[in-house]
Amino acid sequence: MLQTNLEHVMSKEDLQKIITSNEMVAVCCGRMGPMCIPVYGVFEALREKHPNIKFMDMEFDSPESIAIRGLPECSDFRGLPFTVYYRGGKVVKATSSVQTAKQVKDIISEVFS
Amino acid sequence: MNAKKHFDLIIIGAGPAGLAAAIYTARAAINTLVVDQSSAGGQVKTTHQVANYPGFVEPIAGYELAANMRKQAEKYGAQFELAAEITDLNLIGEEKWVKIDDETYTAKHVIIATGSSPRLLNVPGEQEFKGSGISYCATCDGEFYKDKDIVVVGGGNSAMEESLLLLQFANSITVIHQFDTLQAEKITAEKMMNSPKVNILWSHEPRGFEKNGEKMIVKAENLKTKELVILERDGVFVFVGMLPNVDFLRNTPLQFTPQGYIVTNENMETNIAGVYAAGDVRDKKYRQIATAVGDGTISALEVIKKI
Repeated sequence: MLQTNLEHVMSKEDLQKIITSNEMVAVCCGRMGPMCIPVYGVFEALREKHPNIKFMDMEFDSPESIAIRGLPECSDFRGLPFTVYYRGGKVVKATSSVQTAKQVKDIISEVFS
Repeated sequence: MNAKKHFDLIIIGAGPAGLAAAIYTARAAINTLVVDQSSAGGQVKTTHQVANYPGFVEPIAGYELAANMRKQAEKYGAQFELAAEITDLNLIGEEKWVKIDDETYTAKHVIIATGSSPRLLNVPGEQEFKGSGISYCATCDGEFYKDKDIVVVGGGNSAMEESLLLLQFANSITVIHQFDTLQAEKITAEKMMNSPKVNILWSHEPRGFEKNGEKMIVKAENLKTKELVILERDGVFVFVGMLPNVDFLRNTPLQFTPQGYIVTNENMETNIAGVYAAGDVRDKKYRQIATAVGDGTISALEVIKKI
């Protein structure tokens, strides 16, 4: 289990339910590694400022994370974490490797405004 | 003035130096704001295990130690603005101000504890292919390159230690290094040089990256002959050291070393009255969690004395 203060996506079905019942969802799929921890931290810090966005994480090593790893948008990703942004149930952005707070905020402005 | 936006002290940077300072000043009932462009914890939060911080018989996970430091500062009343960008600031005069996102915050004292970050190469393609061919972490991304041919840029301790890890996965490693010898510790350097999987391009620097299908095209310049070498590999790992986080301070009258570290005296005072620097961002010999905490503590005690 990821040691974060974020809600965790536990399964493929869980993810489907979440993106169906929430308009804007951001999921950081990773491990407890040096590229992933900063993104979880940024998500935690942005939760209060964006109460209408559901920020979550998912364990990369879980077989269930094929729901993220298997996305066409992630097909050429070779850097953890895989961070995926959903709007209306569809992927609107996906990034690979560490992202700064500014990069995450710019994406939020781009796809969730 | 909006009272909510005025503090006795603004600490810029929420790593161990900034958090140690915040614990001291908040406990002394000094109205303290800690601001960071990322989440709290600095480099500690991404350190796998910390085995040499006093008080922990068993190693503690870096993210846990960082989280505890933050909770401790919050417990005593320090306030935080995280994932926040400083867009402007003034450090001169009795009342300093810092513009954080769209809000302006004032304080009589400022502690700069912004630490350092991995140096980037700043060549074309580096940012574009981050995560899809360019990586900065062997433990995170090494497995994506199992049985592949990769490039490592760098020749210091970090580069060679990370490369030894990559040797467990990669078919071959080509090291691009700007000097004629490795700067890593002898034992590490020898392990690399003796490996049949390793080839070193001495006196070369990367000039750009492109992609050709799944492959990375790496352009490297021979610094002696100016000849450009083109390599086609499966991925690139970059380990070229750290830089102090001071870009946003360059237009201030702060005094810096040629390498960009902030100059202070033994009390963490900079050349600007009411402005202190603590931790990895300041000019010092040893950069450890314990020394950062020490710096933060000293700067806090100086502020407490003056309020």
